[in-house]
Amino acid sequence: MVHFLTIHQLLEQLRAGELSSREATQACLDRVEKVDGRLNAFISVDATDALAQADAADQSRAAGEDLPMLGVPVAIKDVLAVKDQPLNCASKILGEFNSPYDATVIQKLRAAGAVVFGRLNMDEFAMGSSNENSAFGPARNPWNTDCIPGGSSGGSAVAVAADECIASLGSDTGGSIRQPAALCGCVGLKPTYGRVSRYGLVAFASSLDQVGPFTKDVRDAATLLQVIAGADEQDSTNVPEPVPDYSAALSGDVKGLRIGLPREYQVEGLDPEVKAATDAAVKQLEALGAEVKEISLPHTEYAIATYYIIATAEASANLARFEGVRYGARLDGADPEEMNRKTRGAGFGEEVKRRIILGTYVLSSGYYDAYYLRAQKVRTLIRQDFLKAFEEVDLIASPTTPTPAFKIGEKTGDPLQMYLSDIYTISCNLAGLCGISVPCGFSKAGLPIGLQLLGKPFGEPDLLRAAHAYEQATDWHTHRPNLD
Amino acid sequence: MEMDLSRAVKLARIELTPEEEQRLAPQLGEVLQYVEKLNGLDVSGVEPTAHATPLSNVMREDEPRESLSQEDALRNAPKTANGLFVVPKIVE
Repeated sequence: MVHFLTIHQLLEQLRAGELSSREATQACLDRVEKVDGRLNAFISVDATDALAQADAADQSRAAGEDLPMLGVPVAIKDVLAVKDQPLNCASKILGEFNSPYDATVIQKLRAAGAVVFGRLNMDEFAMGSSNENSAFGPARNPWNTDCIPGGSSGGSAVAVAADECIASLGSDTGGSIRQPAALCGCVGLKPTYGRVSRYGLVAFASSLDQVGPFTKDVRDAATLLQVIAGADEQDSTNVPEPVPDYSAALSGDVKGLRIGLPREYQVEGLDPEVKAATDAAVKQLEALGAEVKEISLPHTEYAIATYYIIATAEASANLARFEGVRYGARLDGADPEEMNRKTRGAGFGEEVKRRIILGTYVLSSGYYDAYYLRAQKVRTLIRQDFLKAFEEVDLIASPTTPTPAFKIGEKTGDPLQMYLSDIYTISCNLAGLCGISVPCGFSKAGLPIGLQLLGKPFGEPDLLRAAHAYEQATDWHTHRPNLD
Repeated sequence: MEMDLSRAVKLARIELTPEEEQRLAPQLGEVLQYVEKLNGLDVSGVEPTAHATPLSNVMREDEPRESLSQEDALRNAPKTANGLFVVPKIVE
């Protein structure tokens, strides 16, 4: 049952000599073997490499070394470069790509002693909210395998919720960590823009992307964030703000913490069960001493439109690099342009094509001012809404998603409906905030529900403090899907 | 709303099958119609936000440093020769 452990539980046993990293890593690999045929969270696993890292960690420990995550198996979304491992972004276009270097977050994990393993399934190039846009087939929700796990970091959420790893990394451009964490019943944290290096993260929308942890509880999220956060001269968007001791925030005390409830978040389409669960969670925080008050974010209704202009515009520029010259699969053509066209036509999936074309359209001459520039201005208004709200409150609470997980195939023919399900998560990226989703209940059908807390830029300590206090007072995070 | 895709498709260098074009045109038209709602807002005098961080012009010293070897930089390319990327003929 070793695979069920959290980071801190596993470290305790490793430090006491009751368990080896090899045993823990083998337990995760066995679990993958047993359940992943049904869940498809992993695109690939290099077991030999994982066990070699585990043995090295055991040797270090035997030699008296101790590190923040020495010997802890952590699985990685297929969007982060891990040296000498495949990297596909769940796309066909990267072909047999093999990473020549480690992403900064991977270097940091290794320096902290973690065992880095597996390539986790996702929506192709992180574009999607359901993990259905994967060239490797959809990942499935461990609570009901007919349902989506959320996306784009679907595999990262499933692997943690189904105990196929101790923790994982994902990326969040408009909710891609928080949304699947909510739908699979684990903890997902999107750090503030600029908090974690993106060097070695394949870019989707560069003004929005951020790497973050998926974990089984809030203490683990603090631990993993501590390891990956910090300035990196390889990423010029990293803010040289000192990294606080996140574990110090886990005091259990939320007395006087001010939590805002946005009036505009009572949207049509908010599922009554989700509303009831998140209302109860806010009540719980109030009972623990937090002050709850209504706030206003007047530009909420413009967030999705703004996001889908900015994100697709940036994506169209970022994904121009997949042209069949420097990496990946190539289809031949009579001239370079035909080669580009054929390679991209055959290599990209439909959602990626949709977004690149939309992004190209909104950036093209004659449309730039009307779409892209206007969206950037509305982004300013959305950001100002939040900064103003944060003068009155420390955190903002809401559901993470308007509904529990939907059925696979339910929204695939209707991209706009799919985009609208991102209502609660995308403003956080537009405004450069931090956010967390923690389990706060289940629907009658047995699907997890998530509470989202948003914090001000670099407000991760408050976020973790409140999430941890809530978690201590409830037991939602201890529930596990039955996969036997 | 049907969107005229042809120019954007050409600029994006993505070959679409006729079926894909038929599916994508109305879907993208619907999304474009949805984003029209931004036109209902007065944005005069509002500065655009390109980035949510206070940083600008982040520079480092212009000094040589370690980088990927030529071999590593080329190892994922579909076609190489003499340490270069090979592409179809550009100039006749």
